[in-house]
Amino acid sequence: MTFYKPKSGQDVFTAGRPISRRTFVTGAAAGGLLLASGLPARTAAARGSVQAEALRGNSFDLGIGYREVNFTGKPRQATVVNGGLPGPVLRWKQGETVTLRVTNSLARDSSIHWHGIILPANMDGVPGFSFPGIRPGETFTYRFPVTQSGTYWYHSHSGFQEQTGLYGALIIDPIEPEPFSYDRDYVVVLSDWSDTKPERIFSNLKKLGHYYNFKQRTFGDFARQVPDQGWGNTIQDRAMWWQMRMSDRDISDVTGYTYTFLTNGMTPDDNWTGLFKRGEKVRLRFINAAAMTIFDVRIPGLKMTVVAADGQNVEPVSIEEFRIGVAETYDVIVEPEAGAYTIFSQAIDRSGYARGTLAEQPGMTAEVPQFDPAVILGHADMGMAMDHDMGGMDHSGMNHGEPNKPAVDHSAHGGMPMSADMPAGRAALGRAGMGSNAPIVHPETEQGFQVNMQAQSPRDQLTNPGIGLAGNGRRVLTYADLRNLNNTPDPREPEREIQLHLTGNMSRYIWSMDGIRFSDAEPLPLKLNERIRITLVNDTMMNHPIHLHGMWSDLETGDPDHIPRKHTILVQPGSKISYLVTPDMPGDWAYHCHLLYHMMGMFRRVRVSED
Amino acid sequence: MNINKHRVSALMAIIALLTGPAALASGSDNPLLLMVSFDEFEWRDTADGDALAWRGEAWLGKDRDKALLKTRGEMTDDATEEFELQALYARAISAWWDLQVGWRGDFQPVERRNWAAIGVEGLAPGFIETELTAFVGESGRTSARIRGAYEMLLTNRLVLEPELEFNWFGKDDPANGIGSGVSNLEAGLRLQYIFRRELVPYVGLSWEKAFGDTRRLIEAEGGDASDLQLVAGLRFWF
Repeated sequence: MTFYKPKSGQDVFTAGRPISRRTFVTGAAAGGLLLASGLPARTAAARGSVQAEALRGNSFDLGIGYREVNFTGKPRQATVVNGGLPGPVLRWKQGETVTLRVTNSLARDSSIHWHGIILPANMDGVPGFSFPGIRPGETFTYRFPVTQSGTYWYHSHSGFQEQTGLYGALIIDPIEPEPFSYDRDYVVVLSDWSDTKPERIFSNLKKLGHYYNFKQRTFGDFARQVPDQGWGNTIQDRAMWWQMRMSDRDISDVTGYTYTFLTNGMTPDDNWTGLFKRGEKVRLRFINAAAMTIFDVRIPGLKMTVVAADGQNVEPVSIEEFRIGVAETYDVIVEPEAGAYTIFSQAIDRSGYARGTLAEQPGMTAEVPQFDPAVILGHADMGMAMDHDMGGMDHSGMNHGEPNKPAVDHSAHGGMPMSADMPAGRAALGRAGMGSNAPIVHPETEQGFQVNMQAQSPRDQLTNPGIGLAGNGRRVLTYADLRNLNNTPDPREPEREIQLHLTGNMSRYIWSMDGIRFSDAEPLPLKLNERIRITLVNDTMMNHPIHLHGMWSDLETGDPDHIPRKHTILVQPGSKISYLVTPDMPGDWAYHCHLLYHMMGMFRRVRVSED
Repeated sequence: MNINKHRVSALMAIIALLTGPAALASGSDNPLLLMVSFDEFEWRDTADGDALAWRGEAWLGKDRDKALLKTRGEMTDDATEEFELQALYARAISAWWDLQVGWRGDFQPVERRNWAAIGVEGLAPGFIETELTAFVGESGRTSARIRGAYEMLLTNRLVLEPELEFNWFGKDDPANGIGSGVSNLEAGLRLQYIFRRELVPYVGLSWEKAFGDTRRLIEAEGGDASDLQLVAGLRFWF
């Protein structure tokens, strides 16, 4: 086993001592992140922390097993890596080949998927995709070259094991020096824990789609709306929801009703704390490892400079808040001055929050902010035309008389000059980086009991930070802010475009793409090394974080020369979004919504081949 | 006795298997599930004294296709006043509606009646839970039922649910006290508290009224054609 010596100044990881899969770290002794950098070990020995110790090198022994955890006062069984929840931070070095021997001690099959890592298909860790899964008692050896750098994560791709703790952070140090400087480096893994077994959560949702939603619209809201807006407007506003039979409070399927939200495996009360000294720059590597929860993250009193998204460097952008979809990562740099600051990560539906603290001294805390107001969906979130109001109050131009009119959004790209050498057939595709010009066409397969909404005029939401965030008085990150720090890696124009619709029926709790669930779907063929645009149309009222395995999703944020690379794209309700893909690894790849209880249906097999 | 015990425990094991996590061992997005639910399981203060009334169903199936049992009835100390059972096949036919076809048996009040049933159940615009069913029985009997209910959320825990049901019969059935035409309506207003999603105690009012020939038949027997009842009960499912 090879280890790197910690570099002075910017490293707070333990020089990775190999942990046998039998020597599981127990409760309070864990918290490897805080052990180094000269900090007293007791700062890490916080109550409730069950995070495994960090590991570094190019050869690892990982053990998947059970352990007892207790986040709510009730002991429960978790599925974990090396005894930790989260599992150990794995620190690799760009340019090396890593070997990971993963032994499964569970009573059922397991797997580890390296999320966002570009590797051969049979190393990707998705059972049924060039990989059989790891049977109980067996060891699978992953070995692949590490070609990229940045912040990523790993998690089980078997059953619902992710929900019960099988995830951890993955950090790859670059060969070249980082283009930004910092004095401290912390991983902030956000996640959601339930004492209810995930299988039960799923069957509860199947039987009653709003089982976990206790923030539904009430008669009181109606009674307040009438004096505010008058009977006419109120009835007009409600009529569409009545007709659609949709709820404007349908934000999260699974909520704080059952979830305890964790920061690095610690509850808000246990308050994970990262220390700093005055004048230091602190790098925070946020990873959303939740099963179902999208978080809105801010640190009151601090500006955050976003330097990387999904592991890839972006042009630094200074913000006060960002929304992080499930499976996304953001690296930010903060410069705390004195005292303590709360890392406040509220669930998108405001039903709970994860909390951590940056502090000069152990034990120091800062005020925990109040929740922002409950998020309410508007007509635009259904993909209805001409509703330019985010709060759902202005419905003057609502167009619901023409349900089948295809809508073409020329607002952003219509006037873009095409480059002269572009073949005529491709000109219609629109320039790489500027998104799609294609009309929205709802496939016939969307007709049926499995789909209860279609976005007729889905809008480009790149400049919208997301439902409930616009106009909150803070500078919130948007996808339009993301520009690759380097030149666009593959500057080719797209050769073709495919449009995929994210579909579902919340009430029946059925999820699909183009109205076809994974079990009934044909593989999606991609040609090796072609340059293809994928346009996603969200025909639901929920945000869906869509993850394409094995190849980058080059998100078209409006600057053709600096297209940022992502592995997970958060698609806003009733919206459309486009990205470019270069399938450069042959094989079968998973492509799916990363909300755990949507995933099994809203999933496609992508087949990359020579012809 | 022993055999019965075994049967009961085997049945319980099957129910646990189908309603619980084990049903999902396959990791499918479309698992086989069993749901048992009673929207009404209540005490009623009727004109004939205390009564136990219920309206519930059980289904076994997947997203599209389900085997569905429905039951409703009312018992007093002396007798089973009403007992109805339906065995149906239910199929999702649109985003909001299921088609249901099958059999209905009326075991009470007096003479047993069998019907073929066809109907739809689902969520109508305005969030009205709706049931519309037509029945065809022996000897050219016909009947229809329409039922609607609305859950008004006073808060996210406290729900006021008005419901309304009409029954229509094509032919007189004097043995069972039924005259042709719209025979009766049942209107309910129940105030529910969501203790848990699966456990909802409630109190309320139920008003039954008979019309036309049905009313005349009831009054000829000395009964009340209209009865306002206090109810208290539990809505539950698993």
